[in-house]
Amino acid sequence: MIKNISNLGDASIYCDFGQDVNQKINSNVVSYFNHIKELVKNNEIKGITNITPSYNKLIVSFDLEITTYNEVKQIIENFKIKKNIIQNSKKIKIPICCDQEYALDLTSLSNKLNITENEILETHLNKEYFCYMTGFIAGMPFLGDIDKKLRTHRLETPRVKVPKGSVGITEQFCNIYTYESPGGWNIIGNTPKNIFNKLNFDKPLLINPGDKVSFYKITKQEYLNWNE
Amino acid sequence: MNEAYLEVLRPGINTTIQDKGRFHLYHIGITASGAMDQSKFQISNALVNNDLNEGALEFAYQGPCLKLVNGNINIAITGNINFNILRKNSTTEEGICFKSYFLEDGDQIDIISTKNSVFGYFAVQGGFKTDKIWNSLSINTKAKVGPNNGEKFSLGQKIYINKSKTEKLLEKKIDYNFLNENIIRVIKGTNYNYFSESALNIFFKEEYTVSNLSDRMGMRLEGPKLENITNTNIKSEGLVKGVIQVPADGKPIIMLSDHGTIGGYPKIAVIISADLDKVAQLPPGSKIKFEEVSLINAENYFKDHIKNIKKYIREIK
Repeated sequence: MIKNISNLGDASIYCDFGQDVNQKINSNVVSYFNHIKELVKNNEIKGITNITPSYNKLIVSFDLEITTYNEVKQIIENFKIKKNIIQNSKKIKIPICCDQEYALDLTSLSNKLNITENEILETHLNKEYFCYMTGFIAGMPFLGDIDKKLRTHRLETPRVKVPKGSVGITEQFCNIYTYESPGGWNIIGNTPKNIFNKLNFDKPLLINPGDKVSFYKITKQEYLNWNE
Repeated sequence: MNEAYLEVLRPGINTTIQDKGRFHLYHIGITASGAMDQSKFQISNALVNNDLNEGALEFAYQGPCLKLVNGNINIAITGNINFNILRKNSTTEEGICFKSYFLEDGDQIDIISTKNSVFGYFAVQGGFKTDKIWNSLSINTKAKVGPNNGEKFSLGQKIYINKSKTEKLLEKKIDYNFLNENIIRVIKGTNYNYFSESALNIFFKEEYTVSNLSDRMGMRLEGPKLENITNTNIKSEGLVKGVIQVPADGKPIIMLSDHGTIGGYPKIAVIISADLDKVAQLPPGSKIKFEEVSLINAENYFKDHIKNIKKYIREIK
């Protein structure tokens, strides 16, 4: 449930579901997201411009020419979510090449975590991940939870350009850079698969919140020959 | 009949089409984009009888040089801009902002630079001939989303326009007082308590300088370092335009139109909606001071801000 509602500036509502990050809280966030999305679709709430779910927060932005914080807050406080909607969950397998030229931070991670490069990759490939949210850049999935022995901070100095397709890890999470962008996650490989397709207007994202994602290793030759 | 277009003789630094923005897509990581200075954008449309949300060209610092081909059409430029109109018969007129001009086939418009500001707008009567992408004409060059394949305009391109001929308008103009203000009003952010009392004191009392690491995504500020007493990271969560994040280096970053939809740095404050246009217009080197206001005051300042834009639009003659 929402623990606290406050304002983020004068044109957004900040719904706080607490500090913990787990699938149960995240499903709750997504249920609120879906509910408000329905209200917007059915014109039962006006002026909403964006609804942004994350691990344990939900931000609802609105057009201040049309509505206000108090009006939207009242609506959110007064509806009841019956039950967490069971999300449609797809299982998705992502090919990943971990050759040195793609695994930009594998060597430094191995030193930092004090385990071998092989062990890092095997541990990472040996798990199925839950997609908590998508965003930052178009279609980037935030996946979790990675094995405890792989958890570490972001790079001290973020890269100005992380190559498209890079798979990164930090703290309990893993992500995929859907296109070249700045970023500070530790890069352990690269996927040739298209995660975001801007030409598919209805379904531009390969991975959506609630999906289960696993990775499998491919050779450099397979990477270079990848054809979708 | 040949279609009318503007030929790009010089693209300028960052020339794109923008409208109010692209909404309802933050949850998949697509940011709103949209005009950095919404009021100048809307007024540019009003000056050529367009819907206020029609797509206009937005340029930064140095604008484009454009030649009209196959058309006779009204245009208007807003902002604080140096520009010339080079008529086909070789005469040159010095351009005036916030005024409509009638361009004839072969005329050129040379947008030389913005003066003590960053963004300007070029509206053409009837708008540009291009499809909306996810219900918006805004170009997002980072995600490569929007018209023109999400790219800024380049040399030699043809930018097609909807109308080729319009009746010559009675000249429309307003007197717009373009002022740069350095007091930016904010509301406390959701991680306000992450910062030490002395850091908050610094944030509200000292001056910050706009750094040259500023673009449509965000504006980095130089100034005294802000000490964070709780944590320099938070669990990643949604962002909105105007949020001021403070990363581990203690230097604030203001989120602007093309900001990432999710971020993991503490939010010290959020700029009020009424002041977003003026902050976007501050060039690198400008000084900024933050002033805290309440939510209710922020809402009232926004009402005044909208009233003011509407007043300008009504005054167009």
